[in-house]
Amino acid sequence: MHIAVCVKQIQNPEIASALLRVDEVTNTMRLASGVSPVMSPFDEQAVEAALRIREALGEAKITVITMGEESARQVLKAALSLGADEGVLLADPACQNADSYTTALTLSRAIQKLGDVDLILAGRQAADLDVGVVGCGLAELLDIPAITFAGAVSVEDGMVRVDRVIENGYEIQEAPLPALVTVSHEIGPVRKASLRETMRAARKPIASWSVDDLGLDAGQVGELGARRVVERLYIPTSDIECEYVPGANAEEMARNLARRLFESNVL
Amino acid sequence: MSAPSGVLVIAEAEDGAPTDLSREMLGLARRLADELNDGLGGGVDAVLLGEGLGDSAGELIAFGADRVHMGDGAAYAVYLAEAWMAKLMEIAAASPPVVILTGHTTMGADLAPRLSFRLGTTVATACVAAAVVAGRLQATRPCYGGAAREVLSFKTEPAVLTVKSKSQAVPDRDDGRSGAVVVVSTDVGETCARIVERKVQATAGVRLETANVVVAGGRGINGHEGFKKAQELADVLGAAVGASRVACDLEWCPPSYQIGLSGRTVAPELYIALGISGAGQHMAGCGNAKTIVAVNTDREAQIFQSSRFGVVGDCQEILPPLIDELRKLKSGSKT
Ligand SMILES: Cc1cc2nc3c(=O)[nH]c(=O)nc-3n(C[C@H](O)[C@H](O)[C@H](O)COP(=O)(O)OP(=O)(O)OC[C@H]3O[C@@H](n4cnc5c(N)ncnc54)[C@H](O)[C@@H]3O)c2cc1C
Ligand SMILES: Nc1ncnc2c1ncn2[C@@H]1O[C@H](COP(=O)(O)O)[C@@H](O)[C@H]1O
Repeated sequence: MHIAVCVKQIQNPEIASALLRVDEVTNTMRLASGVSPVMSPFDEQAVEAALRIREALGEAKITVITMGEESARQVLKAALSLGADEGVLLADPACQNADSYTTALTLSRAIQKLGDVDLILAGRQAADLDVGVVGCGLAELLDIPAITFAGAVSVEDGMVRVDRVIENGYEIQEAPLPALVTVSHEIGPVRKASLRETMRAARKPIASWSVDDLGLDAGQVGELGARRVVERLYIPTSDIECEYVPGANAEEMARNLARRLFESNVL
Repeated sequence: MSAPSGVLVIAEAEDGAPTDLSREMLGLARRLADELNDGLGGGVDAVLLGEGLGDSAGELIAFGADRVHMGDGAAYAVYLAEAWMAKLMEIAAASPPVVILTGHTTMGADLAPRLSFRLGTTVATACVAAAVVAGRLQATRPCYGGAAREVLSFKTEPAVLTVKSKSQAVPDRDDGRSGAVVVVSTDVGETCARIVERKVQATAGVRLETANVVVAGGRGINGHEGFKKAQELADVLGAAVGASRVACDLEWCPPSYQIGLSGRTVAPELYIALGISGAGQHMAGCGNAKTIVAVNTDREAQIFQSSRFGVVGDCQEILPPLIDELRKLKSGSKT
């Protein structure tokens, strides 16, 4: 059993929006200085799902793959410290400013190069651009079934079984391997790196593949091969002025709020 | 096969009728088709696959469709990507659209990426606006947890968009409109993936998406007791209860209460946020509320930047007198 997990390095999504700055020339977000980039949270959950599958099966190889800048090696190391076995870094400069299509194309070639992957896990969406396309896109390019929004994933008898989160509940879907699953936060809390795994991680291999290694050329990947154009990136402003409801104590504030809501015809 | 033209709306039904979001999309599709009409021509097609759809085709036409592809049968009782994909590829091949719209729902967000890749194009997800600028489609979508917006155009055709619920005005119904209905066969071949079981909770009380007032609790509401109080407030106002992801993760309320980027989208007249900090990912699900009221102990909390009224205070202390006062005002016995 070989599980590939796609992980993306992003700016920490929990930083205050006041720290965000747009580079209006390139239409990209400038990284807030002093805040370290992180693994996209849903990808942490995908790694967690892979580790749980390995625990349930007793044995499985887990390869983590990332496409990004050289610094993205950090998210591979983080996943190796959690227990993943190997990493693949796709940091060819030609891959910069990829869209969902060129990202999926590049990742699909890396997965094909690995050769024997049974299950691919991705996050439901990367928490920078919040797109949610690369998972299913990969499955299309590889021509395998995909199940999205997993709240739980297990593998048995050559099938993957997923609790798929839907509006108002969930459904259980099954598909034959090889298959792709996108993981949602309902999977629950993720583990922390153990000292033992962190020590071992230093010796685990990280392969670094160029676009050429993947049988692609620079025109097919990154910004050049992209199918969308970012016309503009901006931070919307709000013109709402908050009216703080006065009162000397809770009762007074509560009463004043209730009255203001009626007076201003909100209720 | 003809040259690409027009807009194709992939509608969804609930309880046998098109969803509000489907109506929103028809309004948008109509505008786009008219704007695209200058250069490209074409009308609005809608596809609806489901079971027990009644006169949904008539509804879709009344809200703006010129032609409806209807597949009504047990095979379509529950959304399954492969079954939908097969029919949509047939429909898109027979009359290729220049734009495809689907809802940003657990169906649309699953379907649109696959469809766009199979059609050799790409998709913009969770769009809140779309317009034709200088003959080209541009889509606007929130990103960075709702803190930013990006405007995208497309190098490939058709442009596929998933549309965020509550982002578009629902058009007026026009029963005078006429349109064609094409029957889609219900023969769904073997699929790879299959649904083994489905567990859907019936919503108790007022539905979040249609509620006029939503009362939502976050970490600051302090546990199950806090949610009981929130429910009490909701009952007085005829409101639905929602929550932040933190409150759901702490299991103070069911996961289906979650509002935000990775939860539900609501746009009520009034949104009362209790002990919620106002992170972009939460506001992504309620930022379109007409009036936001926040109760928070921290005067600097981000939620106040989107709030019309703010109370700097402790939920536990504010809620009981607030419930009493609103109950009095509601029953008309103003003091
Ligand atoms: C990719 C991604 C997706 C996400 N999706 C969602 C989503 O869909 N929905 C969502 O909600 N979040 C989502 N989040 C999480 C989001 O970033 C915030 O962490 C979350 O919304 C915070 O919840 P909260 O406001 O309840 O808790 P906190 O941020 O901890 O805020 C609690 C607030 O309560 C106040 N408070 C404390 N005690 C009291 C009291 N006694 N009375 C009144 N106020 C009090 C505090 O001042 C504080 O402002 C997502 C995050 C990521 C990275
Ligand atoms: N650059 C990348 N490297 C590795 N995996 C990625 C990358 N971009 C996206 N993914 C995977 O695809 C998922 C969805 O991403 P997106 O469609 O961009 O929201 C992410 O959660 C990752 O699992």
